[in-house]
Order: sequence, then structure tokens, then C-alpha cells
Amino acid sequence: MSKVALVTGASRGIGRAIALRLAADGYSVGVNYASSAAKAEEVVAEIVAAGGSAVAIRADVADADEVNAMFATISEELGSVTVLVNNAGITDDGLLLRMNADQWDRVIATNLRSVYLCTKAALRGMIRAKGGRIISVSSVSGISGNPGQANYAASKAGVIGFTKSTAKEVGSRGITVNAVAPGFIATDMTDALGEEVTEAATHQISLGRLGSPEEVASVVGYLASDEASYITGQTIVVDGGLAL
Amino acid sequence: MDRNDIESKMKELLVEELGLDEDKITMSATFEEDLEVDSLGVVELLMALEDNFGVQIPDEEAESLVTVGEAVDLVEKKLNA
Repeated sequence: MSKVALVTGASRGIGRAIALRLAADGYSVGVNYASSAAKAEEVVAEIVAAGGSAVAIRADVADADEVNAMFATISEELGSVTVLVNNAGITDDGLLLRMNADQWDRVIATNLRSVYLCTKAALRGMIRAKGGRIISVSSVSGISGNPGQANYAASKAGVIGFTKSTAKEVGSRGITVNAVAPGFIATDMTDALGEEVTEAATHQISLGRLGSPEEVASVVGYLASDEASYITGQTIVVDGGLAL
Repeated sequence: MDRNDIESKMKELLVEELGLDEDKITMSATFEEDLEVDSLGVVELLMALEDNFGVQIPDEEAESLVTVGEAVDLVEKKLNA
């Protein structure tokens, strides 16, 4: 059976590392992006240069029509998706008392509605194939909370509940549904926090440093593999010992 | 498409999509007890019916389906609507 992975938000950061990792593991990879076309094409070029197969696909993952069109395209160009990685996510931080409803809605839509839409679209083929892997990127923020991130933390906690429920629904069809919860990983998203916050955070991390996107991608690669066939409904924390 | 065509297509979908034993499929067979189709299996059948017959079956209509014959009735009604 052909191995086809779709990674949302794969033009940079953790998504990019996951796309490269799955390509190295032999998957044809759909590299989804919302606006960074050039970055997504770079990821595709890197995969192709290494002898792999990938296509860049633009879609706003919070939009049902665009998600369905994306799945139609990937199915035509690479085949039916066997591994879905719900990675696309944004932050729009602010203390709750100052957070407006748009900030709330936008983060919930991109981080949580997208997981519902993409998983639903992927499951049709997986149920027919009687197997598949859904892996969603949550966050330690969704487990421990984080001031200024009520919207983000709620979306990421939502991903965990979604993961457990869906795992129970589709387990009988050989499909596993899991999440990874990264802590502080060196990406554009954590760069935006500023040196002071990052420095303070580092003191809370048992391993004393930020993680790399590749260190998250390796867990996703494991969950996608046959090795992880008896793991479902779980959230694997990848935070260097932050939330202990 | 007449009723016989719908019945034979229904049997074919139940065998192919849900992996049921063709000999057990009668019009009076119940999905849940006789055919041991679970709730997700019923959803799979609905998706297959929608794809193959080009009809839309809302959840509230699907909920009342108990037997294979009732599913045939529903598809027939939708096709003639």
C-alpha cells in the first residue's frame, strides 16, 4: 500500500520538520500551507532533492470547502491519505480581559476547527482502508495553561479531547488517533515571545534548553509507524521535562 | 432504477463495504442484531449509499433505519423524490 502523509501548516517550524521526517521515512507528503507558498515549495524541493515525493497544497484549514478541495487534490496527485498530521496552528496572545472575540474565534478556528475538518475528511478513506493514523499537534499550554494564551490553550486542550473521542470512535477500524504536546520548541512562534520570556522558560525546563522541531517530528514519525500500532487516544508530551 | 436494482445494489454494498456475509442479507434482517453492524458501520453504509445512489440522507432519517428493507425503502423514496 502506498504511504501518503498530509501535514497541515508544513511550510515552516514543527510542520516543516514533520514533513521532512515523514518523507525520509518513505511517505509521499502533502505539504499544506496557508500563505507561505515559497516556503512550502522549498520544503517540497528539499524532499524531492533527497529522492522523495511531495506536493505543496494551499488551503485554509479552517475552511470546509478548501479542506475538501485539498483532500481531492492530494488523493489525485499522491493517493489516499494514510497519515494525517494536524499541525497548522497560530497564536494571538493577550490577557483574557483584553482579548477580543475575533482573537478568540480566529485561534479556535485555525487550531481546532481545522482538526475537526481535516480529520473528518481523512477518515473516509481510512475507514475504507481499515487503517490509518491521525496525529494532532497539541501543546503543553493546553495541559498546564499559560497566561495570555486562554484562546490558544483552549484550542490545544480541545485537540486532546477530540483525540480521545475520535480514538474511541474509529479504533475498531484499525485507525489510531494521537496527539503530541510540544513544550518550548525553537520556531518562529517561540521567537515571537522575545528573549526574556524564552530565557525564563528555559529555567523551567529540566533539560535546560529549548527543543528542536526535529525532536517533535521524531515522535510524530514514531506514532505514524507500525511500531506504534497499539497506541491510541494518547497525548505524548515532548517538552524536555517542562511540565513535571 | 427499480426496486430490484436497489435491492441488489444494497446487497452488493453491504458485502463490499461492510464485509457482510451475503447469505445473511435479507430484506427483513436487522442491521444491529442480525447483521451485527455497529454504529460506525451504519455511517459507512450511509456514506456508500450517498456515493452510489447520488442521494442525500440526513441523520434524522437514518436514525430510524432498523432493517435492510427499510434502507431500500429510504433510497427508493429519495430517488423518486
